[in-house]
Parts: sequence; C-alpha cells; structure tokens
Amino acid sequence: MMNRLSLSNFFVNLIFIVYSVICVVPLLILLSVSFTNEQSVFQSGYSLIPQDFSLDAYKYILMGNSPIIRAYGITIFVTLVGTLFHLVISSMFAYSLSRPEVKYRNIVSFLVIFCLLFSGGLVPWYILLSKVLHLKDTIFVLIVPYLVSSVNVMILRNFFRTIPESIIESARIDGSGEFNTFLKLVIPLSTPVLATVGLFVAVFYWNDWFTAALLIENSKLYTLQFLLQSIMNNIAFLQGNSLTVKAAAMQPDETARMATCVLAVGPIVITYPFLQKYFVKGLTLGAVKA
Amino acid sequence: METITIKPKTKKVRRRVPFFSEIIKNKTFYAMMLPGLLFIIVIYYLPMMGVVIAFQQYNPFKGILGSPWVGFKNFEFLFKSDALFQITFNTIFYNVIFLILGIGLALVFAILIDSNGNRFLSGAYKSILLLPYLLSWVVAEYLLFSFLSVDRGILNQMLHFFGIEPISWYSEPIYWRFILPAAYVWKNVGYFAVIFAAGISGISTEYYEAAKMDGANKFQQAIKITIPMLMPITIILILLQVGKIFYAAFGDWGMFYNLPKDSGILFSATNVIDTYVYRSLKVMGDFGMSSAVGLYQSVVGFVLVLISNFFIRRYDKDSALF
Repeated sequence: MMNRLSLSNFFVNLIFIVYSVICVVPLLILLSVSFTNEQSVFQSGYSLIPQDFSLDAYKYILMGNSPIIRAYGITIFVTLVGTLFHLVISSMFAYSLSRPEVKYRNIVSFLVIFCLLFSGGLVPWYILLSKVLHLKDTIFVLIVPYLVSSVNVMILRNFFRTIPESIIESARIDGSGEFNTFLKLVIPLSTPVLATVGLFVAVFYWNDWFTAALLIENSKLYTLQFLLQSIMNNIAFLQGNSLTVKAAAMQPDETARMATCVLAVGPIVITYPFLQKYFVKGLTLGAVKA
Repeated sequence: METITIKPKTKKVRRRVPFFSEIIKNKTFYAMMLPGLLFIIVIYYLPMMGVVIAFQQYNPFKGILGSPWVGFKNFEFLFKSDALFQITFNTIFYNVIFLILGIGLALVFAILIDSNGNRFLSGAYKSILLLPYLLSWVVAEYLLFSFLSVDRGILNQMLHFFGIEPISWYSEPIYWRFILPAAYVWKNVGYFAVIFAAGISGISTEYYEAAKMDGANKFQQAIKITIPMLMPITIILILLQVGKIFYAAFGDWGMFYNLPKDSGILFSATNVIDTYVYRSLKVMGDFGMSSAVGLYQSVVGFVLVLISNFFIRRYDKDSALF
C-alpha cells in the first residue's frame, strides 16, 4: 500500500516537475541568449546555457540615450500612477455602492455591470480617446482608459459589504464623518483585498502594449511592451538617433532583442516569488461575482 | 383663495424633491461615487453611442456628426467578402478548443496538486503554473520565437539533432492550429487550476475519509468525490467563457496578433475577429469596415452573454452577473 502510494506520488510530482520546467525554461533560454555573444548565437543558435558569455547586448541597449531607459521610465510612471488612481477611484466608487443607505446604488451598480455585457467596440473607443478627449500621443492615454474596471469595482463592493455594519455605526456614533470612516477605518480593514486588486492592475498596466500600439506615435512615449513589440520586426527602434555610430560593426541585434525582453519581464519575475501568494489569493477573489 | 392656489404648488415641488434630497442626504457617498460614475459614462457609455459609425462613411475630419450616412453598405460589403466567415470560424474554433483544453487540463492539474499531499510542493506548483499568466503576449512572442525561429530556434535544433529537416514554423498556417492552443494552455491553465484548487480545498475531508474506509483509491476518490463536488464551479466557468466565445481568446486576443508576429502568410489560421478589427483600423484606417465588424461582434456577443447569464442564473443565482 505504502509503496503504491509513493509510486503514484512520484508520478504526480514528475508530471509537475516536467510542466514546471515547461513554464520556466523559455524564460531561462531568453536569459541565456541575452548573455551570449552575438557571433556565437549566429553560429550555433539559441541555447539554454550561454556558450560564449558576453555582456555586449546589455552594454549596447543601455548605453547613451537609450530608448529602453526612457521606455522604462514611462512604463514605471504609468504603472504607479495608473494603479494608484485606479485604486482610489474604484474603492471610493465601490464603497458608495456598498452602502445600504445610498438609494441609487442598485441603478448605478447595474450601469457598472452593463459595461461587461455590451461595448461600443474598438473604433468608437479610439475616436473618443483621440478625437473627443484629444489624448492621442500623450502619456495620459496610457493611464486614463483603465482607471475603472467593472470587475474590480464589483470585487471591492462585495468585500466592503462584508465589513460588519456595527463597526461603521460605532464610528458614526463617535462623530466620524462618512469619508473619514472610509479613510481611517474601511481602507485599513481592506488592505489585503486592495493590495491584491492593485497587484493585478499594476501587472495590467505593465503588460499593456495595445494602447501604445494604437494611440502612441511619438517614440518618446513608447512603453516597454510596445518598444519590445516594435523591435521584434525592426531592430532600428533600439538605436535611437545613433544611425551614424558603428554602422559597419557587427551589432548585437539578436541578443539585444532578448536582453530588452529580459528587462521587460525582469520586475515581474523577480518580485513574483514574494508576491505569488497574493496573486493566488486574488484569483479566487475574482471568481466571486456580483 | 391665495392659500388654496399655493398648496398644490408646494405639493408639486415636494414630488420632485426626493432625488435631490437623497443626493443631499448622502452627499459624501455620491461625491465618492462621482469620479467613477463619470468615468464609466465617458469611457464606456459614450462609445456605445459611437456604434452609429458602422452605418456611416466615417471621415475623421468631419467627425461623427458630419460624416455621410450609408445605411448598411459597410455590412453589405462585409457579408460579401469571405473574410467574415474566416474570422468568425477561427474565433469560435479556437475558443472551443481553448475552453475544453483549458478547463479540462486545469481540473486535472488541480486534482493532482491536491493529491500531492505535500503542502509546500503544492504551493510551489501552483505558483509556477500561474507565472505565465502574468507575462504579456509580447513577451510570450519572444519566448515562442526562441523555440520556433527557423535558423536558431530550439525546436529546429532538436529536429536537426534527429536528422530531420528544419521546419519554417512562421510560414505554414497549419502548425498554428496546434501552436496557438498550446500557447493558450501554457499561459492560462494556471489561472483555472488555482480556482479549482480553491474549490477543492473547500470540500469537506469527511467525504474522503468515508471513501477511504470503503477502500476507494485516489483515482476513485477523484472521480466520485472531487469532480462531482467541483461541477458547480466548472459549469459556471464554462458558461462565463461561453458568454465570451465571440471574443478571441475570451477577450485576451493579443496572442493572435503577437505570437505569429503579425505575419500575413499565417492569416488563414491566425486571423480572428479582434485582429481583423484592429488591423482594419490601425493599418488600413478603414473606420467603416472596422466598426461594422466591431458592431457585429458586440451585438452577437451581447446576445451570447445574455443567454449564458440566463443559464447561470437558473443554475446558481449568486454567480449570475445580474
């Protein structure tokens, strides 16, 4: 019995080890290529272990007025500001929808949910942002369209509903104003759920290539993901304005591409081990619907 | 006389008052609601009115109000071209495969994770499975390219090792019918597995103890206890996905654009409704065609969500959207 159990356990673990390798190996190959000499990649292709270790790719993409550093700055700004405003607006919105004394909460909640059912589609959205709000080619267009998401408002509203009425009532008796109660009492009680929602929003902003692809033409406002997408087919985006420099020399194109990608995933992969439990918890939050 | 004429007036005023008095009574809450409400009205509801563009020959310089109306011309053109069938077929073809593979494999993974017995390992597997879910499709494009690159990719190196001719993955549509589902599973199976794992941890251990007493092995326990107990959440997940089946990869359509590197040769196997709308707008600047396809998607998508929500409601009221 014991033997059979451990044997099946062995197979279960084997399956997961193989699958985990599938999840992780592509990232390792990426890392390896970024640290390989261009010549060696050219001759023997990509490999899991750098055959001819070299830092050329990183030197190449980080030197001078590199578009990558700029794109990093833009992406970090968009992620931080976007996540912060998303949390502030959504949590206030959700809290007002969670309060039973607010008479129109159900009508407004329906307006929020209806956004999940029907959308005007891409073209009217594009025209709104570019022609009506005139946000095209500004950094705001990367932030503004995603400040509220229906799903997150519903998640937060459902969480706020679970806060015992007696706590809020007692604050009211102590003379606390409604907004003060929200700020000093409700928010601290909700930090776990706010942190989880915030993490997913931050990952969304970090990973967003689509908005920049559609609404950014000014290369100074490229985000990391959009820069990454652009250089896949045209490495010239990486060179900034240094057309004259070392035109003849062998440029580490292939490895520079991979190095850019390493820099783009770096923050997510490095922080993931510390944050993974919030992500795992957060998914089950989302599974609870209106 | 005067007092009599005034009375009905005050009554009338009172009848109007409730809206404003409610706003004033809870002014703090409504002030907190305002930014979010304004946001959804501008960002979600204004574009809903913009769907009229589908019936116009939209000119960016003239705007929605100044562009000429053309009735159903955009749709006529659309339904005559064979693009519509192709993108609709591809969208649904992939989504059905994604749905079956994604949910099926996640169920298996969740059960295996649970049967592992070692809590530390279970946690580690869950985390590793979920990692690809947090990477963008642009990054996935790079990861895939390191495998599929014709002259440098790992896969062709392996084929070479076994003496097989290299395959040009980026110019043969047929391979993408397998590559795309594999990529979808790679990225999303962790998401569903984590949800199922949470469901499993909610199942009372008493059932398993009773089954063990009756001599049921792990496999029998999974079939007779775990899967039936997970059925409600599985059905809800399936119905939610079915509601989004008209949106490529259930809305996360970047894979169809990025993974094949926007390659025209592969369109027969990789073009879906969302990529078609995107390309019509971005590459061709064809507002009319793009918004006609967009409206087609929105309307059919709306009907599908209503249908799926109807069934969710009948099945489990708490999981319904409305």
